[in-house]
Amino acid sequence: MNKKNSDYKVEVKNLTKYFGDLHVLDDISFNIKKGEFVCVVGPTGCGKTTFLNLLTRIYYPTEGDLYIDGESADPKKHNLAFVFQEPSSLPWLTVEKNLRFGLELKKVPKSEIDRRVEEIIRLLGLEQFRNSYPHQLSVSTAQRIIIGRAFAMNPDLLLMDEPYGQMDVKLRFYLEDEVIRLWKELGSTVVFITHNIEEAVYLAERVLILTNKPATIKEEVVIDMPHPRDVSDPKFIELRKYITSQIKWW
Amino acid sequence: MNGKVKESGLGLDVEEFKRKKQKNAYMMTMLSVVGILSFLLLWQISVSMEWVNQKFLASPMQVLNLFLVKLTDASPDGNTLGMNVLASLQVSLTGFTLAVCIGVPLGLLMGWYRGFDSLIRPIFEVVRPIPPVSWIPLIIVWLGIGLQAKAFIVFFSAFVPCVINSYTGIRQTVPVLINVAKTCGASNFTIFWKIGIPSSMTMVFTGIKVALGNAWSTLVAAEMLAASAGLGYMILMGRQFARPDIIILGITVIGAIGMLFSSLLNIAESKVLGWKKV
Repeated sequence: MNKKNSDYKVEVKNLTKYFGDLHVLDDISFNIKKGEFVCVVGPTGCGKTTFLNLLTRIYYPTEGDLYIDGESADPKKHNLAFVFQEPSSLPWLTVEKNLRFGLELKKVPKSEIDRRVEEIIRLLGLEQFRNSYPHQLSVSTAQRIIIGRAFAMNPDLLLMDEPYGQMDVKLRFYLEDEVIRLWKELGSTVVFITHNIEEAVYLAERVLILTNKPATIKEEVVIDMPHPRDVSDPKFIELRKYITSQIKWW
Repeated sequence: MNGKVKESGLGLDVEEFKRKKQKNAYMMTMLSVVGILSFLLLWQISVSMEWVNQKFLASPMQVLNLFLVKLTDASPDGNTLGMNVLASLQVSLTGFTLAVCIGVPLGLLMGWYRGFDSLIRPIFEVVRPIPPVSWIPLIIVWLGIGLQAKAFIVFFSAFVPCVINSYTGIRQTVPVLINVAKTCGASNFTIFWKIGIPSSMTMVFTGIKVALGNAWSTLVAAEMLAASAGLGYMILMGRQFARPDIIILGITVIGAIGMLFSSLLNIAESKVLGWKKV
């Protein structure tokens, strides 16, 4: 598998999940190329978060599996990073220590941790907040720490679960650009879940549209537009309208 | 860019907030001092004006006078104040320290590991509601009437809040923080150590504070067991000699030492949970 699909960083094969009798995901298969930015959209409650939780092994699939570089995904072996919907910075650690947290858990050498954390602090402009605690910061800065912590891991796969769901449109635009910048500079592979179709079209190279529960992939839409994208570009609007029409279940 | 503009604004607000907080803390300290002084004044007046019979209540000045005398004089209970304080400290600190050292880890482990919880919890739930003093007859049989016996009574009163608060604290760990560590590939023990324990610290410290209060309040009961020195013993002697000043001095010294330990505990808490107060 590894040799045949060496372009693929992630391969999802026949992923199925039941919670008791509740059939949440049904036979989902897709691949993600190295360094690709994929957005997953779908109706509310269709199982998007379950899908991500399966990818990170918070849940285990009922059937099927997820492979990273041809091997069954394992957070102990692979570098997975997750940006959760809820605030998830560790309140008792400073910004810098939060950024170091995942790397220290992975037992990355200290010199490498220093290098990566400094780079993330520089990229995200967090110098002045280095020794602050998350509760001292605004929501957007706290979320930047979480995004920074995830990118600092140099993850094989970065999973983001509606990370900007609670934010107003200005902050969202700002952080969307930030994620694009980090993704380009660090070359990570990203799966980004959102219910905001405009956000998906703005960010993704490819959008996966999920159906209602039990969710399966309805369609894959390739967004062939350079970054930064203009939300008022007719092509952008056309893509957004198309995905909206595909997502409609009513 | 809007985010950055916001942040610089926020930075100023933090400074302003800190200044206000300091001023507020000063005001609160002054209010506490005024409260204590008013209480002492009212007490002195009520005894001096004989609103209360002096046979039943000594005035603050009498207690202060006795305090100075008892620093060097062993009569009437046979010990100077220092000897009584040392004896009580030995009992209460032995019991309290053991309670913290055993109770906190036990509560944390019970709260984190389901199997351990199932093993220990039924026994703990039976033992928990037993009043510490009801152990006295058994303790005399098991441990005699020495330091061990008295420390056990204190231990028992301090042990329960340590276990319960540590247990509750770690059970309240926010699931998303556990998932953060899990997705980094951390083992269950690492998550317990790096996420569970820091998350539980607020509740752990609350438990230790309650334990400290309990330890001191059980001291008199423990020294009733049989003692020849100690603040509880001094209070009992005060009752026997019908000397309210000795009783009040004993009570006051217990209160003052309790307050001193609470302050030390608060300092330790602010070291560990300093991030909350920044």
